[in-house]
Amino acid sequence: MRRINFARIAVIVVLAAALPVLAGAQQMESHEGKWTGHSEAGRQLYYRYCWGCHGARGNGDGENAPYLNILPRNFVAATFKCRSTPTGTLPLDQDLFNTLGRGINFTNMPNWSALTDQQRADLVAFIKTFSPRWKTEKSGDAIQVPAEPALSVASIKHGSELFQKLECWKCHGQEGRGDGPSASTLTDSNDQPIRPYNFTSDNRSKCGKTNQDLYKIFMTGLDGTPMPSFADVIKPEDAWDLVHFLRTLQYNNKSPELTLWLSTKEGAEIVNAKKVQNTYTGSGVKP
Amino acid sequence: MDVRGGSGVNRIASRPVKTLLYVAAVLGIFLTTASPASALPAFARKYGMPCSSCHEAWPKLSPFGQQFKDNGYQMGNDRDAPIFQSPAYWPVTFRITPQWHRESTNKVAVDQTASGEAQVTTHGFDWSGLDFHTAGTLAKDFSFYVLPSSDNTGAFHFEAVWARLDNIAGSSWLNIKLGKFELDNLLSEKRILTLTSISGVYTNYHFQPMYQPGVPENPNFVFGIGDNQVGVEWLGHSKDDRTRISASLLSSNDGSPGLPTSRGYDGFFAASRAFQLGGLGLQRVGGFAYIGEAPTYFQYTSGGPANPVAGTGIGNKGYQRYGLIGMWYLKKFDITTMYFHGTDSAWLASNTAALPGATLPLGAHSPSWNGGLFESHYNLNPQLIFINRYELVRMSQQAFTGDGVTPANPSNLGNTDVLTFGVRYYPFISSRAGFAYHAEYAIIRQRGASPVTFSDLTSSSLLLGMDFDF
Repeated sequence: MRRINFARIAVIVVLAAALPVLAGAQQMESHEGKWTGHSEAGRQLYYRYCWGCHGARGNGDGENAPYLNILPRNFVAATFKCRSTPTGTLPLDQDLFNTLGRGINFTNMPNWSALTDQQRADLVAFIKTFSPRWKTEKSGDAIQVPAEPALSVASIKHGSELFQKLECWKCHGQEGRGDGPSASTLTDSNDQPIRPYNFTSDNRSKCGKTNQDLYKIFMTGLDGTPMPSFADVIKPEDAWDLVHFLRTLQYNNKSPELTLWLSTKEGAEIVNAKKVQNTYTGSGVKP
Repeated sequence: MDVRGGSGVNRIASRPVKTLLYVAAVLGIFLTTASPASALPAFARKYGMPCSSCHEAWPKLSPFGQQFKDNGYQMGNDRDAPIFQSPAYWPVTFRITPQWHRESTNKVAVDQTASGEAQVTTHGFDWSGLDFHTAGTLAKDFSFYVLPSSDNTGAFHFEAVWARLDNIAGSSWLNIKLGKFELDNLLSEKRILTLTSISGVYTNYHFQPMYQPGVPENPNFVFGIGDNQVGVEWLGHSKDDRTRISASLLSSNDGSPGLPTSRGYDGFFAASRAFQLGGLGLQRVGGFAYIGEAPTYFQYTSGGPANPVAGTGIGNKGYQRYGLIGMWYLKKFDITTMYFHGTDSAWLASNTAALPGATLPLGAHSPSWNGGLFESHYNLNPQLIFINRYELVRMSQQAFTGDGVTPANPSNLGNTDVLTFGVRYYPFISSRAGFAYHAEYAIIRQRGASPVTFSDLTSSSLLLGMDFDF
């Protein structure tokens, strides 16, 4: 008669019991307002929508990556541009959720507003499974964004001075066209050439189009790019002055800042000097 | 070919040949009209995204793909203009489906039988029509689509030709399209997942009632809401595409080139709203209406009415199609439901020229009918989809109710039921090309539609194929 190997059965039972626990270790949640994302649901979405660029392992080596001139985000590194948290820290779930809904302008990352909020929350949860950082670190604390001070000519002029003092022009150029003397030397964390933002091209930045979005970019930096955080360099009120000035560089966008700036003789002369006249190319590039 | 039920008596040779030609013609028409469309690896190559991004299962669009399309084939991230591509980039995609298929019809006019009808079954290897899609953006907010399409003999026609002004004045509510295009049907026939001769089109979209058993409506009146039409379309949508509304002004010729029929115009209107239902997915409900007219006779040359002058159709009479549609997502399971209503003028139904002072034949009425569709998909993953569809059409008013000599139509004349099952497996999902193993079975029953005895006509189609585009 064959003897029952209780030890073997015990091992099998323990392993079977541990399986859900082990599997659970790979599960991740995200929390965005009333939404709770689940990584298992996000997995299906990821392998429908995202893997072509970000890769099956989330390290940004999808089959299309070689053809993209800003490489897809490497989720294993967990370095994200658009955050509301200090530089070097993990973003909030809400930051990733917002990025999915907004996309990243001037890159191949589209907005995924066609997905439901739940689907975007699920995707965020799944993205977090790629990097061990999400298991060992907490997201940074969101920076405080003080109320925007009243717009004034003095604020714009002070912002202009800061633009010079902080040497923003070295990368972004004196007219904000992204053609500063250092522009051609810049690379991102993937050692890929990267071009500084051209303020004259659009009223949207990579991480949104509101003044608050611009403010956050100064104070958090765009991790993974040469754009640093200025949180330790300038005061919040100075940052707001810089925001006001940068809006005047977007001379194709009728912002309150530009309108105010144009109402001054100095501002009108500067802005009009930047405009290229009488070149109706029909190409969408506005003179 | 297998002809069953024959008596074996000698008949003149031309009748079987006619039958063969009839079956071949019917198959040819179906294969042509079933010519699928709109899955564009050209876009996937341009944006570097897998086809599963824009398609639930290509060619059926996902909400993301619908948003991309509505936005003028633009992602909205300023990587949409061709200038970002290699100068050699040329967005062209072709699609074709080599296949084996079996077609069977229970009652075809055949001389070798006492009834004059017999079951006809044919099967063998074949291929579909060929579509050449080229589409994209000419510049930011200028999009286009040109689709030369052939039947399986290589005879080409233009299935779609249009240019579109997108986001006029920066508003997603202002998009104008001009040319030949698919109507803004939420349930797109050009993106249908089924390919057989029966279910390659939606029956409700093409149904036209009989005037009397064996007697069709006015032969110049051919219309399908699933057919691409010629005209101008305004479409507006919210940024996230949750709300969509469109209106089209169309030439009354069912998308034919060269103004072949009349100088009339039709209108098409569609609106829908999507909403989130917990974690189930994006649900969408909407409605549409097509208000059309068609001529009942033409100006003609000295040869008489048999020689109509193209484009001079007059005595226009109306027809309408209405529908309500719901697209329901339950995680991996999605269901489409549609209610359809149609009505045609009695003048069109009875093929009566609406000359001044003319009257309708005794017993002629405007036919009307109701239809329904239930389609379900189980999307196990982006590579595997199971398909089921049931369509029905029920006449609510027959076109002919008797004139004292000829009896009234049976109340169920023309009633139709179509049942379809299918599965598509995509062995790879890439941004370079699309490929699907396709298996499908469809069966249709049409009351009183057999060609000789006017009894029920039942046809079935089985298709196994490799559907690919590149």
